[in-house]
Amino acid sequence: MPEVVAKIRVKCEINGREMTLETFPMARLLDVLREQAGLTGTKEGCGEGECGACSVEMDGALVNSCLVPVFQAEGTKIRTIEGVAGDNRLHAVQRAFLTYGGAQCGICTPGMILAAVNLLARNPQPTTSEIREGLAGNLCRCTGYTKILESVVEACRSTEQRA
Amino acid sequence: MGAPVIGTSVQRKEGREKVLGSARYVDDLTLPGMLFGATVRSSVARGNIREIHFEPGIPWTEFTIVTAKDIPSKNCVALLIEDQPCLAEQTINHPEEPVVLLAHPDKYLLEEARRAVRLETEPLPAVFTIPDSLARKEVIWGEDNVFKSFYVEKGNVDAVWSRADFVVEGEYETGAQEQLYIEPQGMIAQANPADGVTVWGSLQCPYYVHKALVRLFGLPKERIRVVQTETGGGFGGKEEYPSMLACHAALLAWKSGKPVKMIYDRAEDMAATTKRHPSRTRHRTAVSRDGKLLAMEIDFSLDGGAYETLSPVVLSRGTIHAAGPYHCPNVRINSRAVATNAPPHGAFRGFGAPQSVFALERHLDRVAEAIGLAPDELRRRNFIQEGQTLAVSQVIREKVDMAQLMDHAFELSGYHAKRQRFQEENPQSVIKRGMGFAAFLHGAGFTGSGEEYLASEAAVELTREGRVRVFAGSTEMGQGTNTIFTQIAADALGLGCDRIEIMQPDTAMVPNSGPTVASRTTMIVGKLVESAAHAVQQSLLQSNLLKPGYGAQDFDDACRQYIDKFGALQSLIKYEHPHDLHWDDQLYQGDAYGAYGWAVYVAEVSVDTRTAEVRVEDFVAVQEVGKVINPVLAAGQIEGGVAQGIGFALYENVVWQEGRMVNGQMTNYIMPTSMDVPPIRVFFEEIPYDRGPAGAKGIGELPLDGTAPAIANAIANATGVDIRRIPVTPETLLTLMESVHA
Amino acid sequence: MKSYVPAYEMEASRDLSATLGRMAREPKIWKPFAGGTDLMVLLEAGKLPHRKFVSIWKLQELRGIEENQDYITLGALTTYSEIRRREVLAREFPLLCRAAAETGSVATQNRGTLGGNIANASPAADSPPALLAYDAELELVSTGGSRWVPYHGFWFGYKQTGLRPDELIRRIRLPRNKRTWKQYYRKVGTRRAQAISKVCVAAAAHVDAGRIVDVRIALGSVAPTVLRARETEKMLRGEKLTPAIFREAQDVLVREIAPIDDMRSTAQYRRMIARNLLAEFCETIS
Repeated sequence: MPEVVAKIRVKCEINGREMTLETFPMARLLDVLREQAGLTGTKEGCGEGECGACSVEMDGALVNSCLVPVFQAEGTKIRTIEGVAGDNRLHAVQRAFLTYGGAQCGICTPGMILAAVNLLARNPQPTTSEIREGLAGNLCRCTGYTKILESVVEACRSTEQRA
Repeated sequence: MGAPVIGTSVQRKEGREKVLGSARYVDDLTLPGMLFGATVRSSVARGNIREIHFEPGIPWTEFTIVTAKDIPSKNCVALLIEDQPCLAEQTINHPEEPVVLLAHPDKYLLEEARRAVRLETEPLPAVFTIPDSLARKEVIWGEDNVFKSFYVEKGNVDAVWSRADFVVEGEYETGAQEQLYIEPQGMIAQANPADGVTVWGSLQCPYYVHKALVRLFGLPKERIRVVQTETGGGFGGKEEYPSMLACHAALLAWKSGKPVKMIYDRAEDMAATTKRHPSRTRHRTAVSRDGKLLAMEIDFSLDGGAYETLSPVVLSRGTIHAAGPYHCPNVRINSRAVATNAPPHGAFRGFGAPQSVFALERHLDRVAEAIGLAPDELRRRNFIQEGQTLAVSQVIREKVDMAQLMDHAFELSGYHAKRQRFQEENPQSVIKRGMGFAAFLHGAGFTGSGEEYLASEAAVELTREGRVRVFAGSTEMGQGTNTIFTQIAADALGLGCDRIEIMQPDTAMVPNSGPTVASRTTMIVGKLVESAAHAVQQSLLQSNLLKPGYGAQDFDDACRQYIDKFGALQSLIKYEHPHDLHWDDQLYQGDAYGAYGWAVYVAEVSVDTRTAEVRVEDFVAVQEVGKVINPVLAAGQIEGGVAQGIGFALYENVVWQEGRMVNGQMTNYIMPTSMDVPPIRVFFEEIPYDRGPAGAKGIGELPLDGTAPAIANAIANATGVDIRRIPVTPETLLTLMESVHA
Repeated sequence: MKSYVPAYEMEASRDLSATLGRMAREPKIWKPFAGGTDLMVLLEAGKLPHRKFVSIWKLQELRGIEENQDYITLGALTTYSEIRRREVLAREFPLLCRAAAETGSVATQNRGTLGGNIANASPAADSPPALLAYDAELELVSTGGSRWVPYHGFWFGYKQTGLRPDELIRRIRLPRNKRTWKQYYRKVGTRRAQAISKVCVAAAAHVDAGRIVDVRIALGSVAPTVLRARETEKMLRGEKLTPAIFREAQDVLVREIAPIDDMRSTAQYRRMIARNLLAEFCETIS
């Protein structure tokens, strides 16, 4: 039996809240979010950084949380799907997903929404091709991507109208 | 009464939870004192277990360990038959066969322990291919390796060969395909002799799981409870396999006295659970000079893996669909599903039809070429008409106009003009382009007397507050069950969607509506829901507490008054098989399905001759489906199915080594990303089916039948290569293209 | 089957000097861990036997992109996203930007680092061919000092580089001398995005008056290491741009590479693609 190492305490901000998480240094951020932080919205689909179901934002950058050792989350600002909707309002991307059928089984949806939200933060009016590329790290088996793309296009349009 | 919602894109019933990330899938749930469970699997494809070694260094006394000896009743995962052991006891028949189960509260230690269980096995020779199984190199199942066979005959093919103008032969193959739902399989179980067994999990068919647990534990039905949690995709992959996983989790729960959660990681899920049956089809077709089909002889084989699971039914559907939407006076089909030492293959959207339809539609393009006809002209001259019979001698009694569907698809895709243009441009271009299509049908519901045998039920209950509860065993897994049932119930009652509640599929609460498979949920179960809603409405009307033309408030008042006066208000509707549908199981003839979806799909591809990479540039899917209940959901089904079909045609290759899938990672088993899928353009036509709710037929599986052959035909058109096998990987295409140029 | 996570240690030192000190005191004990896009995949698959890691992710000394007259110098922790965003790289080192864009996905590019990719030495990596085509040099640092080595030759065997156990890659510098060269990058993968490379070619040529004055041709996924096709380069150097020359170059190339059959592709396919991509490169420079 290999020796168990000491647990560490990692301080980070998750969805605007300061949290201290006690766990093994190389526990996956994904597991720590789901178990210690009780945020089960982030999902595991593959455990190898291919499907994007575990996508979160870390200091504003989209990352696959299954590939981040929690040690490296120290001092970072993390946003999960639970942090996307405002106090009483869904994000434009979430609203569009509801109207345009961007979610079917929903398992890829949290990661997909994070990826879309992150893309629009960097590039508020992406072309369809840029949307495809921005979401290429998020696999969806149900939709064939068509309605996800339509949803994101609509989210851009409705955001632009408001701006 | 409200405006009808059928035909409108009502928002997904559980959509809000899904976009907020608050929908709860099985891995999001915990129970107090819960243990984690894991499976130790065989290391050989076939052999005898000599001994199980538990290596030192693990605190084994802390673990719950389950083997076949711990099974209370029968060691099987009951399905059609009981040949598949829940845990292998003495013999091993495939390289992922479960042998030992472990549970522990520490999920990390559990993995370490799993590594420390060593199976000592004595290997036996194994078979891995259809030819080897048919040749009985080893007999690994039953007397002759054959799970099931069918024989279909119409007319007299033998009289035709010698007098036909042309006879064209061909052999076609399809590989295994992994369902690759993004949520891996998972179950939580709680089980003890006092309370019985309860499982919660990701599944499509709660009553299949129920039946398997009853058999495994030997408990009365009421002591077993199965609850479906939010399910992240199924596509057939969660039709039968969850029974196995539920049995495992329940055994660990039973022995430990604690709740047990088992979630597969992706590698285990890919390697050990079911996949689409690999197939081999041989066609022999006699055709007249003017392009009329005279005779079709089809030999259709499926690789079923090590145990029977659902192979007979997959074979059935594949067999019935093998001759397509055409009229041919003489047909013979010989089909069989055979055993190999691979993990059992199982249900995957399409269920045998994608395999046989691929072969047929590739073959007919070749037949057209052989006789000098354009491929669409050959189809046009043979499309079935109302009053004619399909290969299984089913008389088509519904309106069908395949030629018009084809014309519509061609118009939308620019098929003729592009085909012409590509023909002119290709010789000078490094990128070759091509157009291809497939014409096909897909029967909705269970075959023949299947629906009668299922005897499905659904119920509707009205509450005192006027809320409408729908009780059905049908599951939501993204395809829209909850929303469709909501719309059906809402319109049946003339009320809004918000008051409709779809009850969670929990065998303690909902009746058995049959499995959520076979493109039957809207058409068959939806109809039961509609009828049940009408029945409770009738009760209210007949009681005079409600008058026709009522509004929402009237309805609320009537419910309250009715329940106060008479007690509960519910209606349970049982399926009634239409009297005019007759199917002969012996001759395999008659009315195979109550209704068919009819379709023509067109693919435009480009092939980079430098790398043999194929890109689908445009895709048009035209289908006649009876009635579109929810346009966004319906289009979503077709789009998603086409994407899976693109994977089936081009990317999804299972690499086998001695019966084991060795590329069981998402890095190496390739499904399309958003950059690999073209705009998928979907069009529906509607000729209402009078037995479906609002006229609807089933559509869930349809797109898997026509996508791959349309793409294969387009590649053939672009490159001149004769595609016989999918997936068409660049490696195989490059070799094929070279032999064309040689 | 996943690794036993509780047995894995990760620590970080205050700065680069302290990190190097730790690595010098306990050589081979502490392995550097950057963005984790390679190592975490191994951890999840139960294929990471080493269990003590020093996180270098926060070391500012390994970050930043500097420009001077002769070189662009990138810190080893430069991520693929940072490479893609840097304008001067897009202008003068497009092959590296192309490689960055084709690496994994947005999420991978945010955590994948150039130094990590070099140290990991996977034959299918997307950047090494571009680095070879640009005559990249690496700065390796330890408590003993620093040394610059050409990237060419640094990676000498399957998963084996010249990096000593007490060394870190600190910087990668690219000479700014190929601005006017015609440049070509193509990766053939398993699909359009998030694809492992089957064959990857990065090439650049200096052409003058219809003759190849100088050329670099580098390939990934056709050998145990990234490959610089020196024989092919030698053959092409000084030659005129004719179809016959190009055909001969293809023949030389095929003899230089050593592709294999694996789960993703076949040796035969890789050979054909290498030929065809070289042909495409030749067309580009004509």
